[in-house]
Amino acid sequence: MVTVDQVWEALAEIPDPEIPVISLVDLGVVKGVTIDDGTVHVDFTPTFMGCPALDTMRSAMESKIAELGGNPDIHVRLDDSWSTDDITAEGREKLRTAGFAPPTPRPAGRMELVQLQHGFRCPYCGSTNTRLENLFGPTPCRSIRYCDDCRQPFEQFKTL
Amino acid sequence: MSDRTELLLSLADDELILGWRNSEWTGIAPFLEEDVAFSSIAQNEIGHARALYELAARELGTTADELAFDREPEEYRSAPLVELRRLEWARTIARHWLYETADEIRLEALKASADSELAGLAAKIDREEAYHRMHAEMWIDRLLATDEGRARLDEAVDELWPYALGVLNDELRPGLRARAEARLGRALPDVEAVPRGVHEAELAELWEEMTSVRRSAPAGARW
Repeated sequence: MVTVDQVWEALAEIPDPEIPVISLVDLGVVKGVTIDDGTVHVDFTPTFMGCPALDTMRSAMESKIAELGGNPDIHVRLDDSWSTDDITAEGREKLRTAGFAPPTPRPAGRMELVQLQHGFRCPYCGSTNTRLENLFGPTPCRSIRYCDDCRQPFEQFKTL
Repeated sequence: MSDRTELLLSLADDELILGWRNSEWTGIAPFLEEDVAFSSIAQNEIGHARALYELAARELGTTADELAFDREPEEYRSAPLVELRRLEWARTIARHWLYETADEIRLEALKASADSELAGLAAKIDREEAYHRMHAEMWIDRLLATDEGRARLDEAVDELWPYALGVLNDELRPGLRARAEARLGRALPDVEAVPRGVHEAELAELWEEMTSVRRSAPAGARW
């Protein structure tokens, strides 16, 4: 009989479909796992609602659970229960190593453009002489920044 | 149909149709950054529509896809503002800013709702919309900075203003007027709102294109 620990271990092996250096568990999208008579309930909270990777994540979780002999039941939350603050410390380090600036902490009040313009660290050279090029990037979770020291554009995980 | 479902469908239809309109800039925006921005905004809006349709679908015993694609054009509850096809940059920015400002007011009200499911989803959507608002506001700053920009923005806002009022119910409209007038530093025309329920002719064209793939496989293809 499959155990909760085995499920967590298996889910930690599933890479984010768009940023494969980090796993679903690093990303903080798995809120809970419970097992009830062979049915594995996963409480899953989406990142960005328009992220095309969500369906892939869901089917990857179902396959992993089925491989363990469980009957998967993925519950998708439609609420404000995911924040980039839920990305683990290990996940942040993996992002940085892969050339992504990790997200900054969620601000207490509303986010203002001025907070995003300057002061972010370049994941390549470590300089903070960087600027916002585009709030939007190739996926819903990314902004584009540019480092004025090493002249390298890089991607920033948006704070949510 | 319950008032709640009516509300969910009007929100979802706005986001779906506007998402579709925004996606029309993919590949042809004035410069690459805006091509990326409008494509990404479109993706977010359609994601919000999907979540809203899912809540409505639970009540109606159907699916998000059926609600999005299997209704007739006249059954959509979208506001005419999002239906307009305006592939001209000043009007695109004016519509984007007016819609995001109205949407913020609407989301603030929903976040305070006693319906925890609706309030929770509104809070999630609002966090993503914050990026759309920052993008729209950046453009308003840019346009207000020059005489030509201001003139083009003013003309576009005046044209779209009755439509913008129509996004919100009577109760929320004064809030939109106050915010928009404060931001532009001028009074906006005293006009009747173009309400939901009467569709722009452009919606039928959009619908033809948007639903064509699904209609081509009525038995329900899997992709």
